[in-house]
Amino acid sequence: MNGGQDLGGMHGFGPVVSEPGKPDYDVENYHAHWEPRVMGMVVAMGACGQWNIDISRHARESISPAEYVTFPYYKIWTEGLEKLMLERSMVTAEELTTGEMRTPPITVKGRLKKADVWTALHSLGGAANRPETRKQKFKVGDLVHTINTHPTTHTRLPRYARGRTGEITKILGFHVFPDSAGNGKGDDPQWLYQVRFTAQELWGEDKNPRDTVTLDLWEPHFNSA
Amino acid sequence: MSGDHDHDGAHDHSHLSDMDARIRALESLLVEKGYIESEAVDEIVELYETKIGPRNGAHVVVKAWTEPEFEKWLRDDATAAIHSLGYTSRQGEHMVAVFNSDDTHHMVVCTLCSCYPWSVLGLPPTWYKSPPYRSRSVIDPRGVLEEFGTVVPESTAVEVHDSTAETRYLVVPQRPAGTEDWTAEQLQKLVTRNSMIGTSFALSPEQAT
Repeated sequence: MNGGQDLGGMHGFGPVVSEPGKPDYDVENYHAHWEPRVMGMVVAMGACGQWNIDISRHARESISPAEYVTFPYYKIWTEGLEKLMLERSMVTAEELTTGEMRTPPITVKGRLKKADVWTALHSLGGAANRPETRKQKFKVGDLVHTINTHPTTHTRLPRYARGRTGEITKILGFHVFPDSAGNGKGDDPQWLYQVRFTAQELWGEDKNPRDTVTLDLWEPHFNSA
Repeated sequence: MSGDHDHDGAHDHSHLSDMDARIRALESLLVEKGYIESEAVDEIVELYETKIGPRNGAHVVVKAWTEPEFEKWLRDDATAAIHSLGYTSRQGEHMVAVFNSDDTHHMVVCTLCSCYPWSVLGLPPTWYKSPPYRSRSVIDPRGVLEEFGTVVPESTAVEVHDSTAETRYLVVPQRPAGTEDWTAEQLQKLVTRNSMIGTSFALSPEQAT
């Protein structure tokens, strides 16, 4: 979807490092006490098994663009988590407001226990590759042209790379296709490639002719050029 | 817009305390419902503060600098090479290592969200997730690099990797000159987090002292 998350190439947000050397930019990962709690809760809620990572990304990018670009990042995570739980009747809006349970919980796959955290984090449970059921169509060096498409649903083909010609630079495996999995339509695994575009192809002739951008894209995102 | 810096401003203090209250209520609700345990949340936060961070990545980089066989493995199959060191935690399931050279300088972004190699670098810093970095790194990488004090010569290509899949990119910075007889332990101090994202070079021996 052409939402607030699709930021590549936008202007006007100002410098990345407004105050070089400020600890926030060099060291800190959080700004407020509530932020690590959100990070930990989002990771822990994964054990309930009610959504996949692509669905959770889609929930976050579904907030209004104006909110997306101004909210602290972990507030976006909070909004996404609450949306996912509301959609699945895990909580009600009233419960979120009051913090008190009024309805029974739904049945979930599991609950992460402290003693299991290390193992759960290291289980490679998030691996996105799947058994290969067909051969890849493209090889390294092939030129491909990305599709011009503007789905209102989840996609990992950003606007700035649609309708552009690039070169396959790596074959990355047979992976879950987020444009399906993120929309609740199953893994639909596809061949995944690294595709390299010149900066001039993406942004125009005034860019350094040596510079490039790579994206990791799935076979349905492009055709032979 | 100053992005994530906004909440340092005075007008945001009430907003922050609102969030504090909201998140406390959320956690207590999820615990009461039996979906999470607060002790598990504590443990996750603790592990990312103390055990899963950029020291892991620096270990990988220095091993590549000092052991040619490991460097080759890292180039050919970064996932296996990195997993062999025990760095198998989430957001590191599929790894690609990119090596900076005089010909090419690599840097990593996730324009669509905040994909980042947690297993080797820990949690992403705030700037990595901010609209300024995500919007500009693909269209104006050299301008972004200069803000970090990183000047890449015009004759060196800048290659930006937009992490659009579950592949996670680790930048292997160039080994600084004058470190030929340094031990692995000394070398690790030169490998900053930003040098493994590609927004900075590894520290020089002078910078490290």
